[in-house]
Amino acid sequence: MDMRSLLRTLEHATVRDIALVCLADGLVGASFGAISVSGGLPLWVPIALSVLVFAGGSQFAAVGVVLSGGGALAAVATGLVLNARLLPFGFAVADVLQGPWWRRMFGAQMLTDESAAFALQHGDPRRRRAAFWLCGVSLFVAWNVSVLLGGLAGGLIGDTDVLGLDAAFPAVLLALVLPSLKDRGTRTAAAAGAVVAVVVTPFVPGGLPVLLALVGLLFAGRPRPAEAQESHGEAPPDRPVAEPGVAVGVVKEDVR
Amino acid sequence: MMPWYAVLLLAAGTYAYRVAGPLLGHRLALSDRLRHLLAVAAAVLLVALAATGALTQGHGFAGWARPAGVLVAGVLAWRRAPFPVVVVAGAVTAAVLRLCGVG
Repeated sequence: MDMRSLLRTLEHATVRDIALVCLADGLVGASFGAISVSGGLPLWVPIALSVLVFAGGSQFAAVGVVLSGGGALAAVATGLVLNARLLPFGFAVADVLQGPWWRRMFGAQMLTDESAAFALQHGDPRRRRAAFWLCGVSLFVAWNVSVLLGGLAGGLIGDTDVLGLDAAFPAVLLALVLPSLKDRGTRTAAAAGAVVAVVVTPFVPGGLPVLLALVGLLFAGRPRPAEAQESHGEAPPDRPVAEPGVAVGVVKEDVR
Repeated sequence: MMPWYAVLLLAAGTYAYRVAGPLLGHRLALSDRLRHLLAVAAAVLLVALAATGALTQGHGFAGWARPAGVLVAGVLAWRRAPFPVVVVAGAVTAAVLRLCGVG
């Protein structure tokens, strides 16, 4: 399937929303590249993470754990817990990925919060597929190009603390996660987890505090009835979300 | 440091999450409880990372300039300011405070 037929299948508004999401994620990607390299990692690390992992939140998380003195395995564990939300997305859009095995394998790598959200807005199978592929592939290109450019720029920066760049990293994470905190249970769980992580930081090895924050899940509560109903995929949401700037780390209920 | 095997482990694990649905979708389904838990876990980790990243450096306190910058960024993000504004305002706040001698 080529790009032109994808564009013909989709209505103008969807294409525009996808472009906006790419632009917003490009800014996030550029900050990721710049923060990684100016923090002291070699340029290949943000690039390899962006091509191979291709999940913004977990990339920031893994690099954040390592830059704050945590071990590599703690960084991997944090990233893997964070990306576990891709599992239900994969089940939700499984029907989109059909055809020869190589196309399914390649398409799976294009699965992100955003591409899943755009696919789920459409009931018609052809549009569903077009939205998924257009969003997935454009985002893959936009993300990797911007990470590369950001990484190159980050190499030019000398003392990052003088520029306040150490504050930029938590700032990016906050901007990413805020929309998912509308749900009260999630908010309580996150607050409890953050307190635990900060309190244990002086006493445990780096990287572990963030994983220990998962005890906050005890306060998560039950899924809302509306959410349970929607996740069966019977009633796709009618309006896209495309909330530029917050797209990368957002969990599914907020993307809708 | 981020060794290459860590990058590959994270990439392989993430791909496994992605491909499970398309491969097994017709044979099993995930419970709503599990979906909800995974979504909340993602938010919990991001908030914990932001909190420890804002307040701590190594095993100690990061000084006042950084959390102040993050606080400004957080308020702007909550007021739905555009992403670049949020990030730049956080960095500039921390930088200016340091220029004024705040640690």
